[in-house]
Order: sequence, then structure tokens, then C-alpha cells
Amino acid sequence: MNAVDRLSVLKTYKLYVGGKFPRSESGRVYEVTDPKGNWLANAPQSSRKDARDAVVAARKAFGGWAGATAYNRGQVLYRVAEMLEGRRDQFVREVADAEGLGKSKAGAVVDAAVDRWVWYAGWTDKIAQVVGGGNPVAGPFFNLSSPEPTGVVAVLAPQESSFLGLVSVLAPVIATGNTAVVVASEKSPLPALSLAEVLATSDVPGGVVNVLSGRTAEIAPPLAAHQDVNAIDLAGADEGLAKQLEIAAADNLKRVLRPQAVDNWTATPGTDRLTAFLETKTVWHPTGSLGASGSSY
Amino acid sequence: MPTTAPHALADVTASDSTLRRFLHGLPGVDAVGLEARAASLGTRSIKTTAKAYAIDLAISMVDLTTLEGADTPGKVRALGAKAVRPDPTDRTTPATAAVCVYPDMVATAKEAVAGSSVKVASVATAFPAGRAALPVKLADVRDAVAAGADEIDMVIDRGAFLAGNYRKVYDEITAVKEACGAAARLKVIFETGELSTYDNIRRASWLGMLAGADFIKTSTGKVAVNATPANTLLMLEAVRDFRAQTGVQVGVKPAGGIRTSKDAIKFLVLVNETAGADWLDNHWFRFGASSLLNDLLMQRQKLATGRYSGPDYVTVD
Amino acid sequence: MAKEKMTTAFEYAPAPESRSVVDIAPSYGLFIDGEFTEAADGKVFKTVSPSTEEVLAEVAQAGEADVDRAVRAARKAFEKWSALPGSERAKYLFRIARIIQERSRELAVLETLDNGKPIKETRDADLPLVAAHFFYYAGWADKLDHAGYGANPRPLGVAGQVIPWNFPLLMLAWKIAPALATGNTVVLKPAETTPLSALFFADICRQAGLPKGVVNILPGYGDTGAALVAHPDVNKVAFTGSTAVGKEIARTVAGTRKKLTLELGGKGANIVFDDAPIDQAVEGIVTGIFFNQGQVCCAGSRLLVQESVHDELLDSLKRRLSTLRLGDPLDKNTDIGAINSAEQLARITTLADQGEAEGAERWSPACELPSAGYWFAPTLFTNVTQAHTIARDEIFGPVLSVLTFRTPDEAVAKANNTQYGLSAGIWTEKGSRILAVANKLRAGVVWSNTFNKFDPTSPFGGYKESGFGREGGRHGLEAYLAPSSPEGER
Repeated sequence: MNAVDRLSVLKTYKLYVGGKFPRSESGRVYEVTDPKGNWLANAPQSSRKDARDAVVAARKAFGGWAGATAYNRGQVLYRVAEMLEGRRDQFVREVADAEGLGKSKAGAVVDAAVDRWVWYAGWTDKIAQVVGGGNPVAGPFFNLSSPEPTGVVAVLAPQESSFLGLVSVLAPVIATGNTAVVVASEKSPLPALSLAEVLATSDVPGGVVNVLSGRTAEIAPPLAAHQDVNAIDLAGADEGLAKQLEIAAADNLKRVLRPQAVDNWTATPGTDRLTAFLETKTVWHPTGSLGASGSSY
Repeated sequence: MPTTAPHALADVTASDSTLRRFLHGLPGVDAVGLEARAASLGTRSIKTTAKAYAIDLAISMVDLTTLEGADTPGKVRALGAKAVRPDPTDRTTPATAAVCVYPDMVATAKEAVAGSSVKVASVATAFPAGRAALPVKLADVRDAVAAGADEIDMVIDRGAFLAGNYRKVYDEITAVKEACGAAARLKVIFETGELSTYDNIRRASWLGMLAGADFIKTSTGKVAVNATPANTLLMLEAVRDFRAQTGVQVGVKPAGGIRTSKDAIKFLVLVNETAGADWLDNHWFRFGASSLLNDLLMQRQKLATGRYSGPDYVTVD
Repeated sequence: MAKEKMTTAFEYAPAPESRSVVDIAPSYGLFIDGEFTEAADGKVFKTVSPSTEEVLAEVAQAGEADVDRAVRAARKAFEKWSALPGSERAKYLFRIARIIQERSRELAVLETLDNGKPIKETRDADLPLVAAHFFYYAGWADKLDHAGYGANPRPLGVAGQVIPWNFPLLMLAWKIAPALATGNTVVLKPAETTPLSALFFADICRQAGLPKGVVNILPGYGDTGAALVAHPDVNKVAFTGSTAVGKEIARTVAGTRKKLTLELGGKGANIVFDDAPIDQAVEGIVTGIFFNQGQVCCAGSRLLVQESVHDELLDSLKRRLSTLRLGDPLDKNTDIGAINSAEQLARITTLADQGEAEGAERWSPACELPSAGYWFAPTLFTNVTQAHTIARDEIFGPVLSVLTFRTPDEAVAKANNTQYGLSAGIWTEKGSRILAVANKLRAGVVWSNTFNKFDPTSPFGGYKESGFGREGGRHGLEAYLAPSSPEGER
């Protein structure tokens, strides 16, 4: 140690709403510590009003993001992976601190998270062919079923896996064109708040992803009850809260993805998280019969 | 009947381009929807008194037709006798609307139906192809009218129509109309099977009506696709809409391919529920047919006696 | 020359379908574990013919104890049924499809009697679609590995299914066919006003030799459905009906592992642009709102007309409505039958009166309503805006609200301005406009230049408060299969 140690510059963690980094409108913060209880930072403690603002931002962003070409969404998501790769060291440190992991384990987690972005970036322009298609209806009609994003999705990020878990639930939501309001892991929100900084510099339009930190039990109920939220992923809710939120979600018949036990976030995810927040739209049009006898067109 | 374009739409026939704009501005036709509507009306169940009414109405609407190279005066006389008295065993059977023959048979036909309500219709204008110079077509028409034809069934120049020369088609129809004079009603045949699309059939219908047709008629009976419920429905919509816009009522004649009473009744349902009761009369609706008549007669006998009839109990003409 | 004018008009003589093809017993039991049985508490209710109010039969009313018994029977049957090779399950479903075809005349008459809808519809729409649905899903039973839900996908277990009265047998087919094809067993509650076709279906299951307990039918009211949905041993809940009840069910299954699909209400917009094929559009509007007396969740109950063709279209539409034939549902020429129940008639009447009270202009064709039974004349409301109750609430009756728009953007905005998202229609001859508008409509089914078309291969279901999940097609299998887990292991 030198006689005069350089004092490091600490980061003020902020929310990410509508492409901007506000503090909680409530002015509240809460203390974030590592698993051993050492102080890491103060995180904004979001209020229901912050949740409301995030929904407004997500709704505003929905038309543009859902209407973007799948290729474009894929490019943007891949850009996120590129930016993450560049900030690998920062995320390894934050994940190690947040989850109490050694450097190499934390590195593996971050690598997996980067790879997950790449996986979902590639899905944007393929899922429609996998789950949609033409239907051979018994009549003179052309009939096509296509998946469409369901709208604004509230995502309660997993509580334990603060970064890979978060990426694993968030990326599929936005890959298909939904916009998201994410409630970060309550006790380990810092990787999520840092991810917001990456998203802000990765061509992801403002409002497509909004990140809130705070008490899940405080922020989630207004989101579950919000009439302009179309779906909710309960990954980060415990059994009691999940039931309460599912009941609230019934008020406008949100699509609800119940909490699922995940032993291993590094396993290949499959398409279920993509399809959970897709609607199927079927469009019909008459064809007529070309040149069939007795028939004109 | 006005011999020029009706007032309300007089402007649209002013030039080739106005005519084209008008015809191409008509609402499109969705083929599947049109055919579905025709099929749906085809499921109407016409029974007992309604059936008896429909059969007599259909008989009265038949243009009993022979248009063969092998036609002879004897054949035409037989046809005329049948038209006047379709069922010799039952004098309550109505006469048909007309007999329909080639121009050179008009005089013979006139004699055969003399003293009855049965009219003589003659095809003309180089039927069925219509491929002749206008003076030849007009001579054909005048010849038939001079021989006493009450009605002229002309064919349009499908080539000109398909090439987009609407004004040429229009001019021919007006010329033929003039040649018909006041005595003969003009039926304009589109040969819908050759026009191929429903949009064309709707345009042709309006073109024909603008040019002064008294009747619009589907087909010659000489091509693969003749009258169908769908193309007749479409033409019924056209005469309905034309009257609504101009006040002028035009008749409709499906021809070719209508062979059974069941088919004929389906067409009458189309008339009833599309153009309406005003067209349920042989002044405004005809069937161009030959074998249809005997089937109608057998069904009529069945209704009268309760027994199914057979081909030996109706006359061969 | 004098034309011979026919003196009589073309009046269609009555053409009633023969009622004798169906033999309705004076009373019916519950169908549990392959047997017809009385309700544990002995309760019964009557089902009437809506067109005459004649009592058709007395039907056992399932209570909680019966629900429990039926679920236990289904659970017991599940073990063997789900273990059957798919090819064997398929053959049962093919048998059922064939028997439905054989008995379709009987079932059509029965459905018309119990529901009040015209025989033309049960004969030409309901029954052919019912048979087709069983045929379609029969073929899936031994091909589930290839359905895109991973290798060897598993059934869920016992499916509790609650269906409405508007298409009693068709909704039964939509529920039971995919459930059985995927290896689930079923407890189904038909609506209280239309229990008969489901009970006849039980007899078809018997004729097909379906193992006992695989299908159980529990007639009853809302409380029977609620007990079924809440039963702890039900693994899957499928409901078609009102949005209000759908929400109640969603709350009931919250916090459980029950998989839920809901097919609920709608307020479909039928958008007519100025370049529409006008005659077909008129037919589509009529089909959209008067098919099944408008008692259709995907009805095109809001007509959005471009202002420039409003008057012309309304004239055509009114002329067309004047040709609709309302009356005896068993008459083959009837277009508009009876409303399903006194309760539904009261709801329609209330909402229509409200439309008038709020200033919309009401019009109906001249049309004589029968003195007995539940009837409502086809009704149009013009001068309707998005602020009118009749433009927002689902009426579920033969009542069309006509609104106007000026531009495609306005049409889309108004079409989407609803809590529902089930169906929509687009009428224009311009291809790019169809695709652009279809793309922007938030609705599960978009009919362009047609309306109210259904097919077993075609997924059906809504956005927003019209529910979730899809019925029909490959998509319809998902509701009855366990979710896949990572890495394809299931």
C-alpha cells in the first residue's frame, strides 16, 4: 500500500426509465450488501409511482419496438452482447460481489449471460417460422398464423441469480418485440442497474427496457394490477406473493408466467420463455380457385 | 325504353376515358364471397305451394331454344308447338316466354307460335362468336327483325371488351339497339365464360345497360362455362343497382347449363332475394334453356299426381 | 303484348326439418365413469326450447359431490388412457368423428331445439365443424412428437372444461378433441340452457367404446362450473364464456399449478373501406353480426365504415336485412332463430334500450316476432360513437353498432380502442392496406374480405381481455401438454 491510497470513485446507482436514469421519485434508497453483509452501494428504492412511470415509458416504446423488423431487433440484441463483452470485468466484479462467487465462477456466469444475449439475438427472426405458419383450412381461403408480442411485460427478475437469471428472463421478452418493466433482484440489484447502462448504449430504444430496484413486494403489486400491463413474469416472486400477484393480474387477464424452479440457469433455455409472451394472430383472406371449371375470380 | 344512356349516368359514356373510369370505378367483386352467397341462397328449401308457384313461373320464363347447325323448319315448328302448349295433357300449364332460334328460322317460328303469347327471339350479330364486321352484324339483326323477331339476342365483341375497347363495345350495342327499332327488345349476351372474371362481368353488365340493353344475358350456351348461380347473382345485383341509380329496369337472362327444376328454382330464389319481386315475371327474367322445360313439366306432373313422372310422359321436340 | 303477370308473390312455404329424427328422453342423468346417474343430492333442472318455451327434458344438476366423483373417475381413467399408444387414442377419436357424421341430422335438430339457432346453421356450420374438429385432432394423437413441443410431450391429467350455450356441441368438440388426443381425461360442464347435445355426446362415447371415465359430462349452473374449476385434483382448466367469469376463474386457479386457457368476450370491429367489394362486404357484415343471432364471441358487432361510403353501404345493408327470415328455427329457410334464454333476451333488450337512450339511432326491418319464445329483431344502430355503451359492451345479440372513420389510422385506433381483442374484419380491394391494417389490429383473428370463418386447423383465441391460449390447429395442443423443461427433457 502506498502512503496515499487513491480514493476510488463510487457509483451512484439509478433507475432506468424511458431511456433516462432517474432517482426514485420517492427519494428513497436502500442499502445493498454482499452476502457477508458488507456495504456495496445504496440502490434506489422504487415506489408505485416509479412503477407507473416505467409502464408509461414501456407502452410508449411498444409500437416502435414491436414494429421494428425482426432483423433489426436481432442486430440490437447482438449489440447488447458486444457491449457486455466489453464491460466483462465490471460485471464479473459486480456478480462476484452480489452473489458471493469467486472470480472464475463469476466470470463463467457473465460469459453465460453474454452468450444468452447472443442466443436470443438469433431468435428474433426465427421464432415466427417456428411457431407460426399457414393453416390448410378446408375452403378457398389463405390463412396464416403469426406470433406477435403481447405488449408491456412486467418481469420480476429472479432473486438469486442476479445477472444470468435476469438476462435469461429479460432477453426473451424483448426479443419478440415486447417492452419490459423489470424489477431487479431485491437484495442484489446492482448488476441489473448496470445492465441498464449497457442497454442505454446499445441502440435499444429508450423505454423498451425499464429497470426498477427496490422491494419486490412493494413494486410488484401495482404492476400486477396495472390495467395497461399485458403480462407478468413472476420468476422473482415467492409462493405467497406469486399467488397474490396472479389474483391481481386477473383483473385485466394478464398473461401470467408462474415462478418455475430453475436449478441451473446455464442450461439451454428452449423457446418457452419466448412463446410465453406471444399472441397468435390468424389472418384470413379468400383465394378463389384459379381456373377451376365454373368458377371465375 | 330509352334508346340512349339514361340521364343520371349520361356523362359516363361521353368518351372512351370516362367510360373506362366509370367501369373501373365500380366496386370490386370478391369471388369467394359471391359464390358463397349464391350457394347459401341455393340451400333455400322450396316446397309444396311455393314449389308449384316456382315451377309455373319458371316454365313461363323459358326461352325454349334451338341453336344448331342442323335446325330445320320441322324442328323449329315442333319447338314452337311445345312452347305454346308445353304439356298437352294439362292445359293449365303456362306457355313458355319465347322460342329462341337463328335468324333464318324466325319466320318459321313466328308461324308456329302465331296467336299465342309466345314470343320469337333470334340470336344475331354473328352468333355465337360475334366475329364479323359491324355492317354484317347489323344486317343480321335487321334481317331477323324484318322476319318478325320480337327479341334480339346479340353477342358483344368479347375481344374488344378484353382489349379494353369499351367504347367500341358500347357503340356496337347502341347500333344494334337502333337496328332493333321500337319493335324488338334487345338482350345483350356477354359470354361470361369468356370474360373470365367477375369484375369483368360486373363491368360488362353496366356497359350493356348504359348502352340500352333491355336484358343482360350470361352466355351463348356454346362455351364450357355458361350460366352459373354466381354470375347470375352478380348480374342481378347490377340490374338492381342500375335501377336504383337511373330508374330504368333491365331484365336478366341466364342461359346454358340450367337443366333441372331444382336448378331453376335456385335461380328464382336468387331473383327473389337479390333484385326482388319486381323481376319475378317473364318480362324481366328468362331462362335460356331447352332440356329444362321437360324436367319442369315432369316435376309439375309429380306435384299434381303425387307420382314421379318419367321421360315418356313429356313430349320430345 | 300483354305480359302475363303472376298474381301471387314468391312466398316460401314452411319447410320444417323433421323433428322425429331425434328422440329426446323425458329425463337425463349426469354422465360419470361411463354411466348415467342421478345427482348425489337428487337435484334436477329443466331445459326448454327457446323458440317455444316448451320443456324438452329434465336434467340432473351436478353438485360438489358429483364434481368430486367425476374428477375421481377421470383421474382413475387417466392412468390407462394416457398410457395408450397415440395410435389407439386416435382410433377412438376417429370413431367419434364418424359417429357424429352418421348422427349429424339428429344432432343438428337436437341442437336447434335446445339452443334456438336455425337448422340451416346447425346443419351447415355447427355439425360439419364438430366432426371436422374430431377428425383433425384424431390425427394428432400419434404425432405429438412432431408437434413442436419437444419429444414425447406429456398430457396434464384431468381437464376441467366449462363451455357456453352459443355453440354447445362445437365448443364441446373444441375442448374435448384436443384434450383426448393429447392423453388427458375430461370432466365437462355444458351450459345450463343447452345441456342436451353434450349428453347425446356421452351416448356417442358409449357407441365408440370409449373407456369409462375418459369423458364425464356434468350438467349444471355456474356453481357446478366453479366447483369443477376449484377442484384440487384438476390439472387443467379450459373455459369459454364471459370475460367476467373468466376473470373469476383466473383468480380461482391463481397460486395453483393448474394450466388455464380462456376464450372470452369480444367487441369485434368490422372495418369497411371505400374500395370494398361492397356486395360481399354487406354479406360479411350480415354474417358477422347476425350469424347465430349475434350470440358469438367473435361477432363483428362494431361496424366501422369509411364516411365516404357510409350512406351507400347503409342503404344496401338495410335492404339486405329486410330479406332476413326470422322464425321457426327448424324451418330450413329461417335465417334468424330465437335468442337462447329469457335472461339473454333481457340483457340484449336492456343494452339496446340504452343505445337508444344515449342517442343512437335505432333501426330494424319490418319483422314479426313469434308470440312465444325469446326473440329479438335484427337491429342496427347508426350515429354511434366510441363513447356509447353499445360500442363498448358486448351485447351478444343481433345488434350492430355503426360507427364511421375517415382514414385508415382512425379505423385502426377505433378498432383497437376496446378492452377486448378477439376478432376484426377488413374490407378493401387493396392488398397492401389489408396487410398493413391486419398487422396493426390487436385481435387474435382477422378476417379480410370475409367474416366468421372457422376451421379446425386454424388457431382461434384472443388478445387482451378476450382471454389467452388458442384453440384449433397445432397451437391448440399446447393447452393440454405439460410445459417443456430446459434441454428438451420432458
